[in-house]
Amino acid sequence: MLEIRNLHVEIDGKKILNGLDLTVKPGEVAAIMGPNGSGKSTLSYVIAGKEDYEITEGDILINGNSILEMEANERAAAGIFLAFQYPLEIPGVATMTFLKATMNAQAKARGEAELSPGDFIKAVRGAAAKLGINPDMLKRPLNVGFSGGEKKRMEILQMALLDPSYCILDETDSGLDIDALRIVAEGVNALRSKGRGMLVITHYQRLLDHIVPDVVHVMAKGRIVKSGGPEIALELEKNGYAEYTDQAA
Amino acid sequence: MSAVTRMRTPAEAALIERFAAEKATLPGAAEARAAAFARFETAGLPSKRVESYHYTDVRALMRTVAPDFAGKADGMRQPETDEPRISFFNGVLHSVSNLPPGVSCEALASALASGTARLGVAMGQASDAVVDLNTAFAREGVAIRVAAGITVPGILHISLTDAMAAAMPISSRPRVIVEVGAGASLCLMESITGSDGIAYQVNSVVELLVGDGAKVEHIRVNLAGDKALVLSTLAATLGAESELMSLNFTSGGEVSRHQSFITYAGENAKLRLNGVTMLNARQHCDNTLVVDHAVPHGESRELFRAAIDGEAQGVFQGKIIVRPHAQKTDGQMASNALLLSDDAAMSNKPELEIFADDVVCAHGATCGALDENQLFYLMARGLPRAEAEALLVEAFLDEALDAVSHEGLREALAAKVSVWLSSRKTAA
Ligand SMILES: Nc1ncnc2c1ncn2[C@@H]1O[C@H](COP(=O)(O)OP(=O)(O)OP(=O)(O)O)[C@@H](O)[C@H]1O
Ligand SMILES: [Mg+2]
Repeated sequence: MLEIRNLHVEIDGKKILNGLDLTVKPGEVAAIMGPNGSGKSTLSYVIAGKEDYEITEGDILINGNSILEMEANERAAAGIFLAFQYPLEIPGVATMTFLKATMNAQAKARGEAELSPGDFIKAVRGAAAKLGINPDMLKRPLNVGFSGGEKKRMEILQMALLDPSYCILDETDSGLDIDALRIVAEGVNALRSKGRGMLVITHYQRLLDHIVPDVVHVMAKGRIVKSGGPEIALELEKNGYAEYTDQAA
Repeated sequence: MSAVTRMRTPAEAALIERFAAEKATLPGAAEARAAAFARFETAGLPSKRVESYHYTDVRALMRTVAPDFAGKADGMRQPETDEPRISFFNGVLHSVSNLPPGVSCEALASALASGTARLGVAMGQASDAVVDLNTAFAREGVAIRVAAGITVPGILHISLTDAMAAAMPISSRPRVIVEVGAGASLCLMESITGSDGIAYQVNSVVELLVGDGAKVEHIRVNLAGDKALVLSTLAATLGAESELMSLNFTSGGEVSRHQSFITYAGENAKLRLNGVTMLNARQHCDNTLVVDHAVPHGESRELFRAAIDGEAQGVFQGKIIVRPHAQKTDGQMASNALLLSDDAAMSNKPELEIFADDVVCAHGATCGALDENQLFYLMARGLPRAEAEALLVEAFLDEALDAVSHEGLREALAAKVSVWLSSRKTAA
């Protein structure tokens, strides 16, 4: 279980998260919707372990244990995966080299054996094919010159290969064309499992048509202001956030 | 002249005394030696008051002169290799092995005595105090000739300081003159290696005449010990339509200065000068270039990459001169440094001296830390910080290493980069 308790976060003295409570159970797919600037990406960074933030109050726990003292790589090894809203370009590092380094690092941290070179290539090729990723792209430097949609697919490829327990998808649908959206959503759905929790951040109902969430949370001004079933997303589509931003004010 | 005579340092006094004692026995080139020594005697060792030595104060860094190696080179084993190789033992020429057909090698002393080689042939209009010192005193060295039109297979390896393992610090001044005939091609590696903990001093000069249409790759590898003072010069002249790629690859030495004086002698020559520098602890490394476009239609590309850790200091001085009639010159120079610790430092001094109007010249210098956002991305995928850093540094340095066309050599150098990075990791 991923639990966020009364989380208060500041950056450069500016409050961004204001007592946020959220729980993602194993097997659950939770969606977060909320206006621009409400703190969704900040929440995802803080969970993943980015250092620029000051946590003034509250806690983040996996299976009852606080992860606040853990470095980003330790959190990754503990099963957290963040699909970035804006994946970084890493010049000079071939995608394949990067994938191998990350998979080996996580295997090592978890005390598992590294994949053999043959099994590694097979795993990558298989996962790439499912996501419609051209194998030639894997030879290119990671994300360098990739289109917006290609970068998002690459995030899901990494997610599939790294086998995380908690996936946070930050606007994975933005920048995807209609077909890519379907392919990526299928990729995500294929990773839905009893043991794996997902936190899907999105602005659009159309992603939730493909990835049907168990629960939808509305975030405004750094807090969860409403939680409920998939019907909330439909309401938001109709009425916008006015009601929540007023309420949170 | 004003009477501001500075006190001689012990090193300067010793060198003056030594020249007087030795000059009668130095082989050949008496005039060149006397002129070089006279310049030294007037100016002394270059201090930071000399503009081109501003960042590397040789006068302050070389307070004393270590003695020359007095023993024999016999103690060294014949290198076990099928590659063509010329080895020096503690600065003394020791062996020449496996030279392929078309490549000849003569000891410096006999080449100078017979006049088949000349000191300073490849210096163009450049003048330099460190080269002057080598010129004045050089005894040990070789003159190499590569016949026109031949392609020398593999790598010709000149090991300048092999087994610099004497129990006491010594100094050496090897001089190598390489004449590459028209249309020939050669890959030349010079290496400076040696034991840690010994304050030995090297002042090596390689002069390279690249014939018309010839292609030369020159790799200078500085893996000197951690107390060594390395002064290393490449002087090259480029014939018409020739190509030179020269790489400075450095992780050694306490204080190192690598100079490259390149002169375009013929039109349409292409030059690439690259640098891969890895420094830590209190190392100091200075890459100084003077690229002299003396004729039209020359192309030059410089890419110097440095990863600087600890309290180390990097220096890059790159001067591109375009002479008045050297139209259509195309020069681009970049120096990029990654500072891996708060105490690491880099000084970049790019200079363009352009006297012609129809030229394209540009330079760029950057200096900064690793990108925290990239590091976070890699760490969020499970890479520990040190590994994430290593991956980024490796990619950064690789770009400058790419110019090495010999695959085996490139991989061997890449492996040295990995070793350097993992020693950082374990130190962290
Ligand atoms: N490094 C920073 N320095 C200052 N303010 C920041 C920083 N990072 C984020 N913020 C601010 O925090 C607020 C929340 O940003 P965040 O990116 O988390 O929003 P979001 O909900 O993901 O928005 P969007 O829907 O547009 O992606 C914004 O007002 C943003 O400007
Ligand atoms: Mg966002």
